[in-house]
Amino acid sequence: MRTPKTYERVVITGMGIVSPLGNTVETFWEAVLAGRSSADRTTIFDASTFPTTFAAEVKGYNLAKFVRDTRLHKTCSRGSGFAAGAAAQACRQAGIDVETAELHDGIDRARMGIYLGAGEGSLDHDAFFASIIAGWEAQEQRMVWPQLLASALRQMSATRELEQEPNMAAGHIAALTGARGPARSCLTACAASTQAVGEAMMLIRWGRADVMIAGGAHSMIHPLGITGFNRLTALSTRNDSPQTASRPFCGSRDGFLIGEGAAILVLESLRSAKKRGANILAELIGYGSSSDAFRVTDMHEEARGPVQAMRAALADAGLTCKDIDYINAHGTSTQENDSIETLAIKTVFGERARQVAVSSTKSMLGHLIGAAGAAELIACVLAIRDNVAPPTINLTDPDPKLDLDYVPNAARRMPLNTAMNESFGFGGQNNVVIVRRFTT
Amino acid sequence: MKSARVAVTGLGAVSPLGLTADEMWAGLCAGRCGIHRISTFDPTGLACELAGEVPEYRIQDHVPKTHRKAVKLMCRDIEMAVIAAQEAVVSSGLVTKGVDPEHVNVDPTRVAINMGAGMISCDIVELAPAVAASMTDGRFDIRKWGKDGLQLITPLWLLKYLPNMLACHISIIHDIQGPSNSIACAEVSAYLAIGEAAQVLARGDSDIALAGGAEAKVNPLLLVRQHLLKRMTPACADRPEAACRPFDADARGSVFGEGAGVVVLENLEHARSRGARILAELMGVGQSHNINAAYERLEPDGKGLQIAIEQAIADAEIDPDELDLVIPHGTGVPEDDRAEARAIAAALGPAVRRVPVWPTKSMISTTGAACGALDLIAAVRATAEGVVPAARNFEKPAQGCDLNVATETRWGKIRHALCCGYTHGGQTAALVVKHFDEGDDRR
Repeated sequence: MRTPKTYERVVITGMGIVSPLGNTVETFWEAVLAGRSSADRTTIFDASTFPTTFAAEVKGYNLAKFVRDTRLHKTCSRGSGFAAGAAAQACRQAGIDVETAELHDGIDRARMGIYLGAGEGSLDHDAFFASIIAGWEAQEQRMVWPQLLASALRQMSATRELEQEPNMAAGHIAALTGARGPARSCLTACAASTQAVGEAMMLIRWGRADVMIAGGAHSMIHPLGITGFNRLTALSTRNDSPQTASRPFCGSRDGFLIGEGAAILVLESLRSAKKRGANILAELIGYGSSSDAFRVTDMHEEARGPVQAMRAALADAGLTCKDIDYINAHGTSTQENDSIETLAIKTVFGERARQVAVSSTKSMLGHLIGAAGAAELIACVLAIRDNVAPPTINLTDPDPKLDLDYVPNAARRMPLNTAMNESFGFGGQNNVVIVRRFTT
Repeated sequence: MKSARVAVTGLGAVSPLGLTADEMWAGLCAGRCGIHRISTFDPTGLACELAGEVPEYRIQDHVPKTHRKAVKLMCRDIEMAVIAAQEAVVSSGLVTKGVDPEHVNVDPTRVAINMGAGMISCDIVELAPAVAASMTDGRFDIRKWGKDGLQLITPLWLLKYLPNMLACHISIIHDIQGPSNSIACAEVSAYLAIGEAAQVLARGDSDIALAGGAEAKVNPLLLVRQHLLKRMTPACADRPEAACRPFDADARGSVFGEGAGVVVLENLEHARSRGARILAELMGVGQSHNINAAYERLEPDGKGLQIAIEQAIADAEIDPDELDLVIPHGTGVPEDDRAEARAIAAALGPAVRRVPVWPTKSMISTTGAACGALDLIAAVRATAEGVVPAARNFEKPAQGCDLNVATETRWGKIRHALCCGYTHGGQTAALVVKHFDEGDDRR
């Protein structure tokens, strides 16, 4: 294993997003600063009888606005389609040529990689349920497999099946950009795209790539996805008031608001960005990962895993907690997460915990699952750019046990140079990255 | 800074050839084939009714008492991964909480995990009663599902099928608190997971890492997918042992199967300081991307795979001439094998005429996210023991596959072995391992 003589600094030179709050970075940011909720009745499928009947859906998205040749992406899953649009936005901002064999951007494609935290595509639900029905002998409570197979083989299509694989979003981005460098896609539940960005940063820092297209894409707003989360009682069931359902750190929080989307960042070595004269949006300086190793179903009571990941990210960045101005919390609006996360911040930040601004953009955006962390990192970069902390909306009846500064209900102008982005996944995967205003 | 050298100190494999790495290796050396007609469900109707199924096991026998209750949250992918991880840890001589909680000799915060996982298909029989309760006029009715069917699903259902749950269960059993990742890149997942774990060790973020992959591909709907993608061989229903024929002129497609492989990687100094048995050194990691409008096939010139192989060789700081074994992905899908042969030939240059190529899927089948881990384990055993076993089902080379496929067992030192893989969607990877000699301090 070759090791570098010097480590590369890693900067962000492009960002793109397709989200329930907007399908460009600027529309997304405008909605965040305005404190708007993206929740509404679920329209992707008929969820009217489900325990939860609302979601944060991407609306009015048209891939053709971002990609000239949509034929390559014709059959792709919802998440991969979002990924392609977000990647095209991010690459254009970074000055990276897309959809062309004639390259003028000066980036060696063998040195440009892709790292996504991308989710699986939705099943072909119609064919799936119909095939189960075709095979099931209800009287005998048994499956007649050849009948199920015949139905599935007749109704399912090869491309649609292939496009369900979680690595396909990265494949679509490779087709757009010609990237031939290190390519990976991870799926550590709700922490996936923070992990993708962190590991991508490491690949550049260690000289294994000059540019990484990193982020996440996911949509679980489909019958089996909502079934799974509803059975876990993880989703809010505030069906009479979807817009106030996501209420992180609030006493009356009752679960998360499910969202969908894609968020992609172009990470680049400082050397490469300078050489190309690229506009630098921020510098990525720290990454920490850990696992709870506690229980399948619950977070560790003392927040052991989140604490370790936060400390590892600080150590990696060479910072102490005094240097952090803003924390974009995982803040899902579940009872457990918001309590444990608050405890983790108190444990790591000690007396400074109450001085640092902490907010959950999930209060507006919903929970983009695999794509959540990268979307929230984009919010951190913009927060630094504009010196403004995004709000936690719907914080109307604070939980007396949760007493940090959650930037309640309205965005706050403040000097903001360094932000920490936290993501914690089901099963105890914890990932934290730190981003800072770029200065030479 | 600590040395960036990475040792392999433990192996665990669950494969169609047995429940341990030893059984798999003995089977591979003997040219035994683990492919049979599918026994877990009636596969009539699939283009290929064969698969590589893992021998029967009782999961309760493979988890510590404290984790017995959690086995009901394990799908088959998780079970196999847990069994392989247990073997890997025990064979490394490390004592984790899952081996003996009274005599733990590792710092849990300095152990990482990185598992490759497939897109796990849910248990259809488990869902069927809920679907049956959600019908109107013989058709599925989503409104009934939301009201009635959904309530019949067990509350923790989703947690059984999340890809990161392989790593989650293993980390709980062995108390692994360091960096944790789960790579979901289909058949190249395990290589990417192992490669990343090696990089985590090299950069000093952990001293030890468990890495590998697992997938239970013998599932009706996952096999429907392979059927539709035309990757299954329609041949040899009556001769299962001859069905999967990588690089052979009579190859017509692949046979799919299930398995799990986990390796223990360790900082070389850490391994030495505890007197561990070092099986091999992981020297190089290479990765790239295939770019092809037909996502389900490797690009015809194998360029993305070629780049990954070249990078792995460069990362290991060797010449192709220093390789004595290549374990290819070699699935038996003719177009893919041809493209892979081109990639290997282009990356190895003149050395391709000499270096033996030994595909394993004729014996263990294509095991999805486990593929790379099982092949890396085979590569480690081959370098440790100095043998390249004979390939199975290779009689006459397929046109365009100009590789030196090993037709008979050869003994002799293997300085370095390379293994490589790719997946539909496009990610490619290659790893280089080196025969480890005590006192080897080249760098």
